[in-house]
Amino acid sequence: MIEMTDVTKTFTLRRRTGRRLRRERTVVRAVDGVSFSVERGEFLGYLGPNGAGKSTTIKMLTGILTPTSGRVRVAGLDPSRARTALARRIGVVFGQRTTLWWDLPLRDSLTLVRRLYRVEERAYRTRLDELTALLELEPFLATPVRQLSLGQRMRGDLAAALLHDPELLVLDEPTIGLDVVSKATVRGFLARLNAERGTTILLTTHDLGDIERLCRRVMIIDHGRAAFDGDLGALRRAAGADRQLVVELAAPAPPIDLDGVPVITVEGPRQTLRLPDGANAASVVAALAARHEVRDIALRETGIEEIVARLYRGDQEISAPATS
Amino acid sequence: MGVIPWVSWYALRRYSAYPLGSMAEAVTNTFFGVMRASVLLALWHARPGLGGYDAADAVTFSFLTQALIGPVQIFGGMELGQRIRTGDVAIDLHRPVDLQAWWLADDIGRATSTLLLRGVPPMLVGGLLFTLHWPGPGAAAAFAVSVVLAVLLSFALRYLVTLAMFWLHDERGIQAVALVLSLFLSGMIVPLVAFPGGIGDVARALPWSGLVQVPADVYLGHRTGGGLAAALGFQAAWAAGLLAAGRVLTRAAERRLEAQGG
Amino acid sequence: MASADTAPGIAARGTRAVSTYCLLAWTWIRAAAQYPVSITLLALGTALTAGLDVAGIMVLFSRTPRIAGFSAAEVLFLYGTSALAFSVSDILLGTTERLGEHVREGTLDALLVRPVSPLIQIATEDFTPRRFGRIVPPVLVLALAIPRLGVAWTPGRVAMVPLMLASGTVIFGGVWVLCAAVQFVLLNSHGATKALTYGGATLTQYPMTVFARDFVRGVTFVVPLAFVNWEPALYVLGRPDPLNLPGWTRFASPVVGAVVCAVAAVAWRGGLRHYRSTGN
Repeated sequence: MIEMTDVTKTFTLRRRTGRRLRRERTVVRAVDGVSFSVERGEFLGYLGPNGAGKSTTIKMLTGILTPTSGRVRVAGLDPSRARTALARRIGVVFGQRTTLWWDLPLRDSLTLVRRLYRVEERAYRTRLDELTALLELEPFLATPVRQLSLGQRMRGDLAAALLHDPELLVLDEPTIGLDVVSKATVRGFLARLNAERGTTILLTTHDLGDIERLCRRVMIIDHGRAAFDGDLGALRRAAGADRQLVVELAAPAPPIDLDGVPVITVEGPRQTLRLPDGANAASVVAALAARHEVRDIALRETGIEEIVARLYRGDQEISAPATS
Repeated sequence: MGVIPWVSWYALRRYSAYPLGSMAEAVTNTFFGVMRASVLLALWHARPGLGGYDAADAVTFSFLTQALIGPVQIFGGMELGQRIRTGDVAIDLHRPVDLQAWWLADDIGRATSTLLLRGVPPMLVGGLLFTLHWPGPGAAAAFAVSVVLAVLLSFALRYLVTLAMFWLHDERGIQAVALVLSLFLSGMIVPLVAFPGGIGDVARALPWSGLVQVPADVYLGHRTGGGLAAALGFQAAWAAGLLAAGRVLTRAAERRLEAQGG
Repeated sequence: MASADTAPGIAARGTRAVSTYCLLAWTWIRAAAQYPVSITLLALGTALTAGLDVAGIMVLFSRTPRIAGFSAAEVLFLYGTSALAFSVSDILLGTTERLGEHVREGTLDALLVRPVSPLIQIATEDFTPRRFGRIVPPVLVLALAIPRLGVAWTPGRVAMVPLMLASGTVIFGGVWVLCAAVQFVLLNSHGATKALTYGGATLTQYPMTVFARDFVRGVTFVVPLAFVNWEPALYVLGRPDPLNLPGWTRFASPVVGAVVCAVAAVAWRGGLRHYRSTGN
């Protein structure tokens, strides 16, 4: 569905330096040799700190920007050359700004979108009814877009992006600034869209909840380069994230000696052990209970927030073992 | 620095932050100045001395109107309107600073900035292309006072129109009427001295003439001695009266906002 | 839907663009029509503002029977043809002057992910019946001025009037797009390009004999505004050309219109390409 090969995008920035009118030119490599491909039906999360190149990638995928070099194919088309043909086959949602019209009621905005995409009246009715039900649009269809809450507006934007039933949906930070309930509605909707309709979805986000809840595959971009590409489990492993067993013994004791399960810390009766990859937590617990008087036991996984924070801090830490 | 001078200073800096945009506007102002000057020259060629102006006066008048478009914001509107529309004005009204004084200070900063950035270029180019009338030190000083009064008057008028938005469902109608009055009765389109008989007298008695026609007359030295005092007094009286009306309307707007619980 | 993906001919693409334009404009009109009273009043207000130029011309002629050698009826004929052509072009393409705003606010991106030219999308934005108020003054003025011109209405002169209105509209249309295209590169140029659009509209309301010769040469050859109505009007009014241009220039307006549009199209494409390679 998407194919990017060695794509680079550079910008020339002219900045005024100091108070004088002299201008300084700097070349910024917003995207620097990124390659990846997305299969039909995938749900890919595209992650990265601000200014990492996420939005630039999205703009190249949708044909808004022309890449400086490299090859981009979306749905078999070159976005920069076949922008309008591609537009009929993909849907795009920008979380930061609406693609709807401020002064028009949502219903009229959607009518305009129908005209833009030349969706047949019949197909439009069915699709609108469907989207209205799923996204709960009914209460505010007659409200001008400027009066909608952020969550309502986002749902309206989603409907507008899906009226023409696109094969690929591209979302740039769709949950930014949304309240908990709206977030849940949007996530639930996207999950269903991907599962039931088979729509390929690519979303960029800051919200790791989106990734954990939705994406089978994660890609991390930093300083214009791909820093990681794989599933969540692989991300945990790559980041050196491990599973730990926190054991609370009846009384302070010397470090537990269990084959292949090293002890990391001992704090009085509480000891923390590191579970190696592929270790069976249940059998380790059973072995523990057989040898020691255990009062409490807890399995702890490194949160995705921490993993990503580690990745952002620098590439080298990705492969280094965790040191907590 | 007190808060009111600071507001003016801040507005001056804010409106000067994008000099390129203002310079671009000055290009259009200058172009219109050349066109208006040519048209008036043709009229004064047919009717020399019309309304007590000579040809150089008429040409100078054309460029003066263009130089004053920005400072007296002849096309109307102010940022306060946007704040009333969004309801942010409620916050302004809760500040310990008078709403009208605040926005007047803001407008003075804006006018100063646009006078420099958009006022000077048309006069310079006009002076290069045509024979302009340049004032002596006395007329220049009187003109400076007259421009300040014109800015006050312009603010007073626009403030009233803007506050009307508290009561109107759709303010675009009153904006359109205000625009027509301000463009035609200020002398912007044709100098009021060229208006025939009674229409000219009526136009000259209305406040809009204080925006462009009166400052231009003062600049051109057509008002001296008692006439000058009368001209400046005319501007000052309208400004004072309309500012007072603005105060009354501000109180009414406050009461209305309180009644709505907003 | 599939036909859009194969490359259609220029004629088919043109028809499609026009039909898309009409569909979108109609959708906007229907949205605005929910407030008919407001729209009517605003259209009247627009007509009133647009009529100010006529009022100005009337004031001039209250003081003198001729200006730069032209009578009131002749100047009003120039005003009517210029203002009608400009108003129609403004109704159709005037909102393209907001391009810089769209670029600054990043809303252009949203237009670029849709399967319709961003030019059509911007031009139809906020399309409201209110704008039609602008054509009222020139239509009334033309209706009053044409019978008072006192020229012998040969078939050629009769045919020239609609032709000059159409070419004038096309020239102004090209100027709108050209000025919008400049904003892709010079974001703050809107203030200055108004000299070409609104300035051009005011300029062509008066006989060129009012203006200095070099100025007229500039608006004849550099920005060909003199072809909006001046050159064809000389033919209709049976007057000699003060610039002594050859006789065929009286009939050149349609060709000039085509050239202006071609230049505007190239500029627009160039501007869009610039935007897509630099972003914002």
